[in-house]
Amino acid sequence: MDIATFFQQMANAMSLGSLYALIAIGYTMVYGILRLINFAHGDVFMLGAYFAFYAVTALAMPWGIAFIVAIGLTGLFGMGLERAAYRPLRDSPKISIMISAIGASFLIENVGVVLFGGRPKSFPSIPLFDTVIHFGSVSVLSVSLFIPVVTLIILAALLWIVNGTRTGLAMRAVSTDLDAARLMAIDVNKTISLTFGISSVLAGIGGIMRTMKYPQLNPLMGFMPGLKCFIAAVIGGIGNIQGAVLGGFLLGFIEIMIVAFLPELTGYRDAFAFVLLIAVLLAKPSGLLGKNQTVKV
Amino acid sequence: MLRIDDLSVHYGGIHALQGVSFEVPEGKIVTLIGANGAGKSTTLKSIIGLVKPSGGTIQLGGQSMRGLDTKDIVRRGVVLAPEGRRIFPNLTTEENLALGAFARNDKAGIEQDKLKVFKLFPRLEERRKQKAGTMSGGEQQMLAVARALMSRPKLLMMDEPSLGLAPLIVKMIFEIIKTINAEGTTILLVEQNAKAALEIADFGYVLETGRITLSGPGKELLADDRVRSAYLGEGQ
Repeated sequence: MDIATFFQQMANAMSLGSLYALIAIGYTMVYGILRLINFAHGDVFMLGAYFAFYAVTALAMPWGIAFIVAIGLTGLFGMGLERAAYRPLRDSPKISIMISAIGASFLIENVGVVLFGGRPKSFPSIPLFDTVIHFGSVSVLSVSLFIPVVTLIILAALLWIVNGTRTGLAMRAVSTDLDAARLMAIDVNKTISLTFGISSVLAGIGGIMRTMKYPQLNPLMGFMPGLKCFIAAVIGGIGNIQGAVLGGFLLGFIEIMIVAFLPELTGYRDAFAFVLLIAVLLAKPSGLLGKNQTVKV
Repeated sequence: MLRIDDLSVHYGGIHALQGVSFEVPEGKIVTLIGANGAGKSTTLKSIIGLVKPSGGTIQLGGQSMRGLDTKDIVRRGVVLAPEGRRIFPNLTTEENLALGAFARNDKAGIEQDKLKVFKLFPRLEERRKQKAGTMSGGEQQMLAVARALMSRPKLLMMDEPSLGLAPLIVKMIFEIIKTINAEGTTILLVEQNAKAALEIADFGYVLETGRITLSGPGKELLADDRVRSAYLGEGQ
């Protein structure tokens, strides 16, 4: 492999890792606050892509506005999902709410097949993202550069919300101790709803960016990324935002690099995530950045 | 100020509170004492809205509070420092205090109250930036009380503030309860440490398996033979 190919692959890995990180953050935030694996998260990601697709094609919006509308709709959808599928089960055993999540996932996928059609659709080309940029002998699709930059901006904004605002303080309190948070006069329902909103907005952005990179949509496109990003979140230490980012990038890099360096293993690319998961869990069950909570009684 | 009438709570098939009635007059310290499982914590949780009563009334200043959301009850000036402290271990002292003042918007007042609780608990000021989970049990209890005070409550309810603390710290906590009360906050104290509680209380109630069996001024209960034998470990 020459150096040009290496940089080429690095750019790919950066953008894939960023996408994984964005979706993994959604898993980790929801888990942090409700101890729930939101199995429908990958499908919310799919919806983000479809919302953008219909906004651009059927409604003929300019892409910038279409993306904002689609991201907003995805966020609202996430909040609606929480309201309909999870809130009524808040006080039920964890297994019930998990089953509800799996059910929501199947429902969204299948309604997606009915409404959007099972046949893949292709996203119309947007020149800004489709341009090939040359750095010497390395040529990169412009969207591959946009994705990491957008991800970094979003990550900075998110960390500011969580660590620097009143809302973020409420989120951290709710995720530590629901009843104690109630005693602080925090509106727990609103905080949880907002968490779903934010995590779905991230999934929506991820869905759109992924469609810019691989401009094909189908109603099951959220399944595999959803699964892998869940793994990324667990590898990083579920409940920890920085961990989700680390896990996402790690997964993206390893996946791209293995395919690049060991092309004969390409058929197994989806399996690496699981191998990595098992390896990390064997060595550190709480994930790379996960820590056992310090509670003194 | 607070008036509870015929309060009933069911947990599944268990009748945890069976018609409890009592009163907390403004400016006083009132204590509920009783053994494990008597329903003391359940009473406090019902008042603050964490447990939904199946019958009875809860009135604050003549207005019914039953069925209100916890956050609205706190906004009306009632606060609970819960059993087991329930501070946020992964947040710093200052963040815990900020959460205590979550219902308020007056930045200057919050800042002022923070200085006030630091004066009350100088140890907490030294621990401002420390994660609460890494502090000692006594410090955590101080933080739990300080956090409750940050909402500037009219009625402060405390559930077992002496639980698991060294005798010296317990003494200090009870001194502070007296100070807080002297500064105008009404106190409803739930304790297993009946002696310490009755010594500072203006009025006490004895709760037994969901019913109030005895009541009277703190000093009187302290001298009552039934209380002495059952709760103070003094044989006849």
